Amino acid sequence: MTESFWTRVGLRVATGFVLAFLYLPLIILVIYAFNSSRLQAWPPAGFTLHWFAEAAGNTSLREAILNSVLAGLGATAIALVLGTLAALAIHRFSFFGRETITFLFVLPIALPGVVTGIALRTTFQTAGVDFGLMTIIVGHATFCVVIAYNNVIARMRRLPRTPEEASADLGADSWTTFRRITLPSIGTALLSGGLLAFALSFDEIIVTLFTAGPGTETVPMWILGAIRRPRELPVVNVVAFVLILISTIPVYLAQRISAGSGGGRY
Amino acid sequence: MSTAANVPRASDLPPTGLRRFAAWLHAHPKAQVRLLLAGPVGWMLIAYIGSLFVLLLGAFWDKDSFTGQVKPFVWSLDAFESIVTNEVYRTVALRTIGIAAAVTVTDALLAFPIAYYMARVASPRTRGILVVAILMPLWAAYLVKVYAWRAILQGGGVLEWVLSPFNIEAPGLGQLMNSWIVLSYLWLPYMILPIYAGLERIPESLLEASADLGARNGTTFRRVVLPIVFPALVAGSIFTFSLTLGDYITPDLVSDAKFIGNVIYDNSSLGDLPLAAAFSLVPIVIMIAYLLVARRLGAFESL
Repeated sequence: MTESFWTRVGLRVATGFVLAFLYLPLIILVIYAFNSSRLQAWPPAGFTLHWFAEAAGNTSLREAILNSVLAGLGATAIALVLGTLAALAIHRFSFFGRETITFLFVLPIALPGVVTGIALRTTFQTAGVDFGLMTIIVGHATFCVVIAYNNVIARMRRLPRTPEEASADLGADSWTTFRRITLPSIGTALLSGGLLAFALSFDEIIVTLFTAGPGTETVPMWILGAIRRPRELPVVNVVAFVLILISTIPVYLAQRISAGSGGGRY
Repeated sequence: MSTAANVPRASDLPPTGLRRFAAWLHAHPKAQVRLLLAGPVGWMLIAYIGSLFVLLLGAFWDKDSFTGQVKPFVWSLDAFESIVTNEVYRTVALRTIGIAAAVTVTDALLAFPIAYYMARVASPRTRGILVVAILMPLWAAYLVKVYAWRAILQGGGVLEWVLSPFNIEAPGLGQLMNSWIVLSYLWLPYMILPIYAGLERIPESLLEASADLGARNGTTFRRVVLPIVFPALVAGSIFTFSLTLGDYITPDLVSDAKFIGNVIYDNSSLGDLPLAAAFSLVPIVIMIAYLLVARRLGAFESL
């Protein structure tokens, strides 16, 4: 089927419109980061780099970054281990309940985030667990498992089974085969899955607000607080600018690593 | 002389405990599956399904009528009673569902042309660039995107500047419509990517066959392309619908109209856990119904 000339023109215009819709808000924020006025009004008053210095000196922001990095690393580590184990089991063996188990991993991202949040909060509270970094990590890990799982299993489906069989034929036990054949061949899938999981954890706010204690603030929590304080808006603009820049890294790397695999965010 | 004989083989090594265990595992695939799944399934069952179960119980817990203190494992239907009798909760629920449906339809309409362009018209090079161009805003921080829309919509913002030459007054923050626009913006890439993947999978031969059988482009589109892509569209709609249903930060930041999530979050912060838990059953039931229908329509293969 060849699309007619006017269909193609129409599609091109629609594509341009959607891209403008997706990017204009981000571009406006990038411009605001260099706005010399403390007021958030359009058009910007002038150019300055002053707010970058102010952001760098903000101690509560620095603390929030540290908390977010720690939570991200913890959640990613748990998600990678659990996701890889699950992918090994699901890919290698066919057994009763396989579909249900896949469904179990998808559930935390299929059900609304507020449900995950209130469910975890109720449970922690009832069990008498203190809210803090650990509870944030548990929450994040729960919805990051599926990302690690999806990345690893997608790679396994593309890999030939022969090297593993050869390894077993040569007398290697399961552990040796895993360590020397399977692990190196899924290495980049673990890297991209880990990166995506970390990025998701770093960005999470809906569940985090339910599972964070009063003393632990992550970067999104800091932004949410600062948005309501007009004095801090210039620093928020800088943080937004930096986050927009940083968000290109996982996209770029994941694209390079799993080039051609396509698919969605998870 | 054979060199192979000199290479020590794993099976020749003295059987240590670990090695013996590995050999036993090799002979018992069922045990292998159980061992592999113990961690991940255990985690999900305890941390997630367990929590959902506690949430379900929490909806039936009683509260001290004087202090408002929650009394765990003391049963009561009070939370459900206040939800059913208080009109506000019904309004909030209907509003949230309405916006979730509006966002889903909006995103489907916006996503289809660009996804179609990427899959069927663009050159492979442009296609690659467009995929990255759609992934980038997807990965930009959630709050940054909502904040960007605040900068556009608020008084003195970009929208006011654009509209003032036409003597149109900008509506400002506080409108329910803002939630619809911003949530449509936030979840649009989640709709584009599955539809694009679905369109890309359609084999060219199928479309040629349709043309050979005398179908015009419009007919081919309606009777071949749309039915094939439909499950992908449903897959995308799971995200747009569920993410809207579960959001309480965007409605709070760009409008005054509360969503289901706001009622849950506010009551949870105020300590009225039974009410928050009971009301959270609304999005759970809706999403389970939605997922069951989506599975019927074959959306899970497109996730």
